[in-house]
Amino acid sequence: MSFIAELWTFIRLRKKIWLLPIFVVLAFFGALIVLSQGSAVAPFIYTLF
Amino acid sequence: MKKILGLSALYHDSAAALIVDGKIISAAQEERFSRRKHDAAFPLQAIKSVLSEGGISLEQVDHVVFYDKPFLKFERLLETYLARAPRGFASFRMAMPVWLREKLFLKDLLTKELRVLSATFPAEKLLFAEHHLSHAASAFFASPFERAVVLTLDGVGEWATTSVAIGDGNRLDIVRELHFPHSLGLLYSAFTYYCGFRVNSGEYKLMGLAPYGTPRYADLILDTLIDLKEDGSFRLDQSYFDYAAGLTMTNKRFHTLFGAPPRKPDSDPVTQFHMDVAASIQAVTEEVVLRITRSLRAEFDIPALCLAGGVALNCVANGALVREGTFDHIWVQPASGDAGGALGAALCAHHLEFGAPRFVEPGDAMQGSYLGPSFSDETVKASLDAVGAVYECLSSDETIDRTARAIADGQAIGWFQGRMEYGPRALGNRSILADPRSETMQRTLNLKVKFRESFRPFAPSVLHEDVQSWFEFEGKSPYMLFVAKVAEHRRHPMRQEDKDLFGIDRLNIARSAIPAVTHVDYSARLQTVHAETNARYHALVSRFKALTGCPVLVNTSFNVRGEPIVGTPEDAFRCFMGTDLDALVIGNLYLRKSEQTVAATPGYKESYKLD
Repeated sequence: MSFIAELWTFIRLRKKIWLLPIFVVLAFFGALIVLSQGSAVAPFIYTLF
Repeated sequence: MKKILGLSALYHDSAAALIVDGKIISAAQEERFSRRKHDAAFPLQAIKSVLSEGGISLEQVDHVVFYDKPFLKFERLLETYLARAPRGFASFRMAMPVWLREKLFLKDLLTKELRVLSATFPAEKLLFAEHHLSHAASAFFASPFERAVVLTLDGVGEWATTSVAIGDGNRLDIVRELHFPHSLGLLYSAFTYYCGFRVNSGEYKLMGLAPYGTPRYADLILDTLIDLKEDGSFRLDQSYFDYAAGLTMTNKRFHTLFGAPPRKPDSDPVTQFHMDVAASIQAVTEEVVLRITRSLRAEFDIPALCLAGGVALNCVANGALVREGTFDHIWVQPASGDAGGALGAALCAHHLEFGAPRFVEPGDAMQGSYLGPSFSDETVKASLDAVGAVYECLSSDETIDRTARAIADGQAIGWFQGRMEYGPRALGNRSILADPRSETMQRTLNLKVKFRESFRPFAPSVLHEDVQSWFEFEGKSPYMLFVAKVAEHRRHPMRQEDKDLFGIDRLNIARSAIPAVTHVDYSARLQTVHAETNARYHALVSRFKALTGCPVLVNTSFNVRGEPIVGTPEDAFRCFMGTDLDALVIGNLYLRKSEQTVAATPGYKESYKLD
């Protein structure tokens, strides 16, 4: 729960509430990817993530 | 006594740093312990080491500060993917699992990892500092200046890629920022990738390659890739790059612009074309840095400049900055890469979050950057006995004298002394040393000791008191972060046929009285040696000077290509036995290769991946 609260505070302080629907959709797609993959392969050649 | 532990982790160059009441106690990179170069893992071993150096446990630490803000970074990722959708899907697919499993829940992850050391570690002790503020803090709070302009340049943090801060006493305020994807660090990395070197580690090679080429593409870069303004601010034309939401740095349009595909590291040779490309991006980088600093001096009229961030490790650009004289005083954080973020994050919390006063140290607060672990002669003896090494135990004076004589005789020496360096450079405590007067030393060291590309230059360590008589440089460069030319009277005149040589062929000409450390453009990446910060190394170079008249040594990091610098006596012995080093000196213990009875380390160089 503290994670959700912190994320909400972040979104509010950054005035990024417009990002919330996108965030939810992307998080949903992301979750699908996670669930369908089995293992999280750290991608990174180029550490932009 | 406020004890703060700073951490950098999970991206590249994980590290830990401990400060107590604002004083830097210890700092170390995880790669030195894990033996994986640029290790990004949680720095558990580095934490243990810095706490042990400080003589405290994790329970006694008041705060742990991470060098980056994960939510901000995630915001940048989402907005970037959104702006480029659906193009970045492949990258999105790879990034999301890591983020949704780990990085977004960083607080939990860090707490869990820290509870390995202290089962009851409370999450409330965790703080997060912004990436560029961490870099800026590492540069300003450790600098010898009461007031300074602080410029940080790197690939990218959360959003910022370039930032300007004003440091004054214990305050540090960011006043300007350039944001992703417009990044000088990523532009340089794009060319590193294009020339077939590894991003985030091969940038040095590109910089070393630049003097062999001519900057014939500099105008092309300035006309097409980067819109550079008079004040040094810039925008990159993203239609040539793929890093923002793709899986490579450059794209087809970029390759068409330069007329060739990226060099394949394993099969394609480095050609004059790559040297010219390297020279061009180096020239552009210097131009950007010079324009930014000119405009900062004009705007703020503060005579001191601090630098940090990966681009601040471009010592050629730093040298140009010193030569131009825009700022009266320049100080560069020796751990300018992400490893230094650990120290910066801790200093950030101490001064900015808790408002603690700052006491400016006369030299600087880095103590020569000798902040890692050290080993007593007794511990070293036990380690060497365990591996069956044959060694001689000498007095301190005998060690210095014998080592200096061996170097003067043309031997390559592994020199392992005192506390390990923090940051990417070996500064005379974990170094391979050799005679710079030898015409064959550069080639020998590259091919037989370091097993690396023959074009790569070596750096000189010079006694600070003698620097002006050997190099066109005044002042201090204790961290090997400034390039300067060899003094005119030490250079050898070039014959016309020598001048006409191109590319790598120029390497074979002895250009000065110290050819092993003179690059093809007469430049050298200087380290000035100071008795105040490293008395033993100063004594060694002084003894070499007494024997030969030359106050300069070749100083290269104690490792082979692709390997992290050695951290322990065991690492040093393994490297010694796996290479053509002639002798190894650990503390006052002297090991000759010819006297060793154990078998050489088999396949040593192959055990590390090419970087």
